[in-house]
Amino acid sequence: MTLGLEHFLILSSVLFAIGLYGALSRRSAVVILMSIEVMLGAVSIAMVAFSRYVVPALLTGQVFTIFIIVVAAAEATVGLAIIIAIYRRRETIDVTKIDLMKW
Amino acid sequence: MEAIIPNSLVWMIFLLPLISFVLIALFIKPFLNNSPRISGYITISAVAGSLILSLWLLTSLLNTPSHELIIPDFNWLIIEGSINIHLGLTIDMLTVIMCIVVTTVSLMVQIYSQGYMHGDPGYHRYYVYMSLFTTAMLGLVMVDNLLLMYVFWELVGLCSYLLIGFWFHRPAAARAAKKAFIVTRLGDFGFLAAILVLFFSKGTLDVSQLHGYAVAGAIGSATLTWAAIGIFLGAAGKSAQFPLHVWLPDAMEGPTPVSALIHAATMVAAGVFLVARMFPLFEHSPEALSIVAYIGGFTAIFAATMGLVMNDIKRVLAYSTISQLGYMMLGLGVGGVAIGIFHLFNHAFFKALLFLGAGSVNHGTKTFDMRFMGGLRKVMPWTYATFLIASLSIAGIWPLAGFWSKDEILASALSENTLLFVLSMITVFMTAFYMFRVVFMTFGGEYRGSEKPHESPPVMVVPMVVLAVLAVVSGWFNATGGFSHLLGHGESHSFTEGFFGILSHPLPWISLAMAGSGILLAYAMYSAKWISPHRIAWFFRSLYVLFSKKYWMDELYEDAIGQRLLSDRLFAGMKLLDSKVIDGAVNGVADTVVDIGNSVRRAQSGQLQLYGLFIILGVLAIVISLLIWG
Amino acid sequence: MDFNCLSIIIFLPVAGAIVIAMVPGLSARLIRYIAAVFTFIPLVLSLVLFCAFDRSAGMAGAVQFQEMAAWIEPINADYHIGVDGLSMPLVLLTALLGFLVVLISWKVELRVREYFAWLLLLETSILGVFCSLDLLLFFIFWEIEVIPMYFLISIWGAGRKEYSAIKYVIYTLFGSALMLAGILCIYFSTGSLDMIELSQSGLAMAQMVIPAAPMFFLLLAGFAVKLPVFPLHTWLPDAHTDAPTAVSVVLAGTLIKMGGYGMIRICLSIFPDSAQQYAPLLLALATINIVYGAAVTLRQTDLKRLIAYSSISHMGFVLLGIFALGELSLVGASLQMFSHGIITGLLFAVTGLVMHNTGERNIGKLGGLGKQMPAIAAIFTIGGIAAMGVPATSGFIAEISVFLGAFVSKAVDGLHIYTIISMLGILLAAAYMLLLIQRVFLGPVLKKYSGVKDADKLEFCYCAVFIIAIILVGVYPMVLTDVINSGIAPVAAFWGG
Repeated sequence: MTLGLEHFLILSSVLFAIGLYGALSRRSAVVILMSIEVMLGAVSIAMVAFSRYVVPALLTGQVFTIFIIVVAAAEATVGLAIIIAIYRRRETIDVTKIDLMKW
Repeated sequence: MEAIIPNSLVWMIFLLPLISFVLIALFIKPFLNNSPRISGYITISAVAGSLILSLWLLTSLLNTPSHELIIPDFNWLIIEGSINIHLGLTIDMLTVIMCIVVTTVSLMVQIYSQGYMHGDPGYHRYYVYMSLFTTAMLGLVMVDNLLLMYVFWELVGLCSYLLIGFWFHRPAAARAAKKAFIVTRLGDFGFLAAILVLFFSKGTLDVSQLHGYAVAGAIGSATLTWAAIGIFLGAAGKSAQFPLHVWLPDAMEGPTPVSALIHAATMVAAGVFLVARMFPLFEHSPEALSIVAYIGGFTAIFAATMGLVMNDIKRVLAYSTISQLGYMMLGLGVGGVAIGIFHLFNHAFFKALLFLGAGSVNHGTKTFDMRFMGGLRKVMPWTYATFLIASLSIAGIWPLAGFWSKDEILASALSENTLLFVLSMITVFMTAFYMFRVVFMTFGGEYRGSEKPHESPPVMVVPMVVLAVLAVVSGWFNATGGFSHLLGHGESHSFTEGFFGILSHPLPWISLAMAGSGILLAYAMYSAKWISPHRIAWFFRSLYVLFSKKYWMDELYEDAIGQRLLSDRLFAGMKLLDSKVIDGAVNGVADTVVDIGNSVRRAQSGQLQLYGLFIILGVLAIVISLLIWG
Repeated sequence: MDFNCLSIIIFLPVAGAIVIAMVPGLSARLIRYIAAVFTFIPLVLSLVLFCAFDRSAGMAGAVQFQEMAAWIEPINADYHIGVDGLSMPLVLLTALLGFLVVLISWKVELRVREYFAWLLLLETSILGVFCSLDLLLFFIFWEIEVIPMYFLISIWGAGRKEYSAIKYVIYTLFGSALMLAGILCIYFSTGSLDMIELSQSGLAMAQMVIPAAPMFFLLLAGFAVKLPVFPLHTWLPDAHTDAPTAVSVVLAGTLIKMGGYGMIRICLSIFPDSAQQYAPLLLALATINIVYGAAVTLRQTDLKRLIAYSSISHMGFVLLGIFALGELSLVGASLQMFSHGIITGLLFAVTGLVMHNTGERNIGKLGGLGKQMPAIAAIFTIGGIAAMGVPATSGFIAEISVFLGAFVSKAVDGLHIYTIISMLGILLAAAYMLLLIQRVFLGPVLKKYSGVKDADKLEFCYCAVFIIAIILVGVYPMVLTDVINSGIAPVAAFWGG
């Protein structure tokens, strides 16, 4: 059996779904952030796979993936910083309790 | 005075009082408030000027074969192709007679007022209103257009309102003024409707043109009848005919000279004048004419019954006025213009005199209640003499004025309708009775009041004497049918045999007998005391209560219909509808929007995770629907 | 005309507003004088225009004193103003009231600078509405008016002023949103915003994407709210009652006339067929307006609210006259707009004096003031009898023209019945006015009001101006009817005039 595009896409979808589920259902801001990382990873896999199987001559997908990695790193940094700042103030990272701007 | 009066001076008849009004209202009252006499003098000279010019106009007309003058008119309201109203004058005998009546009575009343209103703080205001009234009344009788008649018609009503409420700090006066205006306006509703109908039908409101159409039969009979009924409704309001008579007795709250001028001699007779002016319309509508006759005849006896039992001297006179106005309407209905107007002419003098007499009595005794009078013939001889003459005149005693016009009405009624004749004969009896009841209660017997009575000053007595002379002689103008002839009704039922010739007919004797027995009964009850009034009242107690409560018509109109039914139920209901239902709906819409917002904003939980879930669900929904239907 | 008189009339008040608002350090006294000057000049100019207005038959329907400049070329919107016989009296009325309300406001002490700035802006916007001949320009002026009104009611008002102000704004915006939709419909069907062009060629130039009836009703909605037409009237009593005196005068005197003006100028001129088709509905509403408005008036206990409700009844006559679609009835409707402006303006002004001097607005608690304030009582009585439609006042001429015109008009069936029922309105008007006069001014003198002030010289003067105008039109109506008819004749010609 050879690995086809669909296998990568299935892997990507599964990962994305897991990440999405985590992002939507967990209360801890850190876990949500981790789930978002998982979703970004899923997207990266899909990008690389498409690039390899659809336009093998070009490196478009790989370039995008590198961008995603960079952005994800930056995002994780900023996100964690915010979470730490909130934690210092309110001693919680439960997103349902962070409702200062809610009506 | 043989020369024909110039046109400009005809206008002056109407303009002189107007000038007096403007002068007093704008200059005398604001700037010369401390010299009250001036406004009286201005008014009197203006009215006197109008009277002289009216007399000149009369002689001019008598010298003109057609008894008419054509006066050039002015444009007033003209919209090309839509409406064309000129301000013009009709000058015929009817106008001139009315002008003379109005200016004569007005002049006498203005002179009298100088004494009666002496020292009143509203002296200027009084003459402002009086001048305006005289202007409007003259305008009403002179203009040649139905719309302008309506203008002056409303203006006299306005003056009546202002003058009834002259002493406005008295609640009764304020109420009476309002009542008078609203009740007459109820009648004006009909007048206005008639104007609309005629304008719709013929596109003109010019009186002479309308006469022409009516005579030529160019107005459909239904239209004509409705228009005539509408006009009569207006006339009934102004002339206090049943069922719109309720305002006149209350109107006695005004100063007595006002009652004499407006609510006895002139304005209330305007309704009769209106019917006379539009008589060609009535003539060609038998239904309308019989309505006029029946309402008039009924009102005559109906009002007389209430006059029998009143204790306030002015109220007796008020009901008497209503009753006499009923006679005039009856005269118009059964006999024609001349008969009705002749009674109007005579009535103006003797009724104005009666009111001035009542005012003079009030001036001496400070009361209008006859139970606190009596014996005044000794202290007020002039008032007594003139009042007696007027009472004999209104009772219809030969050869005084009232006799001549009343007998013509009776004769016409006899030939037209027996029922109306019988009713009016009974009214003759009642009239004589209640008038002499007043005479005996006021002037006979011993004085029962507390104030020290005294005769009025000459400024009040002289006008009364002048009117007393007129109350004797004014009837003689038609002793040979001359008056009727001028109004174009020469050959009707008038007795034309002259001063004594009339007594050769049986009818005058019957009416004289009725009047005589009325006087006799009054004498028996109130002077000789052969019969006790209390026992009579007890004997006929249900009728007595009915009359003295005025058939409960005030209660019916004001309480039952006006207050309870309309104001408290209907209008209050509408107000409730307005604030609860209509405005409630407006506020309800606003509140509903707010409520919806309040409930929907729960969906905005502020939780990104929930929003994310909705986004995913939305994407899934799109994808699935694309898969299924795409 | 080289001299742009009309533009000057329209924009002088707003120039005054800018001066008042921007120049620092003005004393309250100076502000009042500036406001008076900047409204008096437009009054004089509009009187000049009124006199210069060509009344000859050849000029019937012609727009005079036109000014035209390209404005937003891509959408064909122009700065196009001018007056014809319909708008000329209303411009005069607005300028007159604009000046008089400054005098009426002379004693306002709260935030004088803002007050007069808003008041002057208000005048400009109303004048603009009456002069605009371009639909977009018309709409802009129409909308500007809401803003000063909101602040004037909510800051200087009384009672539930914020509530009333918001109600007024939202109600008006609701109407004008529909109106805007109507204007857009016209624009997209015809590509033109020029009122004259539209009314001359009607909708013949339209590619009929949208049927005429919805457009007619969309536009009508905006005007009906303003007029106001039952059942869209409930903003009016609230706004009038809670507004300061001068603003009530403007509101009753000129603002609600914009509704009637718009109906004739736009609904009737551009959609004659729809107007005729739906006239019975509007006539029925007019009858309800008149009779129902008067009946509700009779039960009011608040002085200003009573006058406000009487306005609803009186504006019913305007509606009756308009949708009777006859020449005379339309002239009557225009006369009634002018006449109601001065009569109700006077009534509100003098009511303000009563309320100010006694500190009481509940009719039940007033009484006998005829002795204590004779001048005010006399002025009020004159205003009252004018409102009852007594002859020799403008109210009579206006109402009788509406009645006569409506009764003889053959454009709509059943007009006789509507007219006769409407005549009940004048009967009820007599009832509520006389009742009001009796309760407030007649009757025994009350001790608690001993020593209340009567009208002072200034107050007496501005009331006298109103009275002169009322009597002048009442005694010699041709001063107005000539002008009005030159504007009405071409409109009425649609239905055989």
